[in-house]
Amino acid sequence: MSINNHDIRPLCLSGRGVTKVFGIGDKKTVAVDHVDFDFREGELVSIVGESGSGKTTLAKMLLGLISVTEGEIFYQGKPRDIRSRKKKKEYWKNIQAIFQDPFSSFNVFTKIDTVLLDCIHMRGGKHLPKEKKVEMMAEACSFVNLKYEEMTNKYPFELSGGQMQRLMIARIFLLKPKILLADEPTSMIDACSRATILDMLMNLRNEIGMTIIFITHDIGLAYYISDSVYIMEKGKIVESGTADEVILNSKADYTKRLISDVPKIYEEWDLSTV
Amino acid sequence: MGKKILEVKDLTTKYITRFREDVYAVDHVSLSIVEGKSLGIAGESGCGKSTLALSLMGYYFPPLHYTSGDIIIDGQNISKMDPDTIRKNILGTEIAYIPQSAMNALNPTQKIIRFIEDVVHAHNPKVSKKDIYDMAKKRFEELGLPSNVLGKHAVELSGGMKQRTVIAISTILSPKVLIADEPSSALDVTSQKMVIKMLRNLMDKGYIKSMIFITHELPLLYNVTDDIMVMYAGQIVEKGTAKEMVFDPIHPYSKGLMGSIIVPEEGTRDVKLTAIPGTPPNLKKPPSGCRFAERCKYATNECKLSAVELKDFGNGRSYRCLIEVEKLREVYKNEH
Repeated sequence: MSINNHDIRPLCLSGRGVTKVFGIGDKKTVAVDHVDFDFREGELVSIVGESGSGKTTLAKMLLGLISVTEGEIFYQGKPRDIRSRKKKKEYWKNIQAIFQDPFSSFNVFTKIDTVLLDCIHMRGGKHLPKEKKVEMMAEACSFVNLKYEEMTNKYPFELSGGQMQRLMIARIFLLKPKILLADEPTSMIDACSRATILDMLMNLRNEIGMTIIFITHDIGLAYYISDSVYIMEKGKIVESGTADEVILNSKADYTKRLISDVPKIYEEWDLSTV
Repeated sequence: MGKKILEVKDLTTKYITRFREDVYAVDHVSLSIVEGKSLGIAGESGCGKSTLALSLMGYYFPPLHYTSGDIIIDGQNISKMDPDTIRKNILGTEIAYIPQSAMNALNPTQKIIRFIEDVVHAHNPKVSKKDIYDMAKKRFEELGLPSNVLGKHAVELSGGMKQRTVIAISTILSPKVLIADEPSSALDVTSQKMVIKMLRNLMDKGYIKSMIFITHELPLLYNVTDDIMVMYAGQIVEKGTAKEMVFDPIHPYSKGLMGSIIVPEEGTRDVKLTAIPGTPPNLKKPPSGCRFAERCKYATNECKLSAVELKDFGNGRSYRCLIEVEKLREVYKNEH
């Protein structure tokens, strides 16, 4: 397991021996098996694996939605403490997530204005004048190429999938968390809108210096977007390193298989390997 | 040239909304497939790909309505048949469909073999269950699926396995045309490859004579189909063979689609992805001129004035744009 110690950027989120076991006795499933990782501040990391490899379980543990069976997660170098509800809320101010399905990410009863206003209030902007709040909302909308005038007084279900996912990023822009966890944010979106979403994630990182953890099964996407890549197979991390190292000079057989299974354009696609 | 299996002439279908507005989701589409060939349809969400698939099957249930045009499958015009005849005589034997969410298409309370019995009995009630089981077992083994799947319930299968089972069930009667509507979009790369291998297998063994493959993943289409058709706002904007469409796209929209491809190869990180700005037009009030003009970098005022016709430019290729082919090629060359 190679962990890059030469990077001088401070550690943001790291884990040692993180394990999650579901069930007991005969029905025991080890979803995540003694995983070590180091995510540094302002880094764009991808976690790649097939369905059932434990990426989403790891994401849920990072978010603090489910408990860790064994091992420890460190936040900014110190062991993460989210035992009480108050501390958990404090932690969630620093970590936010975008999920796969934009349609089920929003409360259908609240208007888009309310969604965005809530974000401003969470950042302590409750006492700001109304004009300032509108200005902030318009800025967030223009960051994700949406028009604020078209968004007011609408409900989330009146938007298309791509627009909803962009609205989700506008929320993140207002909340400015330290870490953003994006769990397959583009898998339900068609290829043309995908490029826009990826660009916005990169802008978030470049402009705000957010640490982004990008979870995907598409190794091509991971290569395009990230600084470093972690490959997961059956709950274990089989390979990690910078994107160029892992994709262009991959050592693990699993990584090689993942790469060869992506349909290519410039070379023959070998169907006999499955 | 082989025999034409499927021929569609000027097919137009519309949705009628609650407010009595007409939305023409498929607008004067013509296509034909020769025996043993496959056709890919690409385009972004909401461009009418799935509606075209439903229309081809004669699946006209409100709010979808048939307007005009002909669908000829192996010499039989199905466009004016009533839904009952289509269900009894056409679906399953002439044309079969794999829906987008095939993963959820299986009833969780029934074993897989029951679905196959249902399909066979709908067309020929006299076949015995024993015969059906033997036939299904043989077919499953030939397609590389374990035959014990037949005795299982849907919940016992993984996503990729479910998808392959649905494909095997829908092609059990050896249809002439198979329409696959995004069969692999929800799967990871390895399961996707298995699905593609199975579809190829079906074609090679002659169980299906031709295939229409709908997806928004262009690298996949390039590897699976012989021809590619790009749709935009209910219309075909460009047609050609897979190779021509990927390496020499002419229409600015096809060019934009090709720009959004990502593959894990050297050099991917140096090229910036080019997204097409804006959103597709509202089909309740389609623009009078070229439908892509609003989002096109090369559009002039002339483009917005009158509708653009699909033009042939040799070798069976056609495109829908006012700008000359050579001029567009020149422009793309200079951009690189």
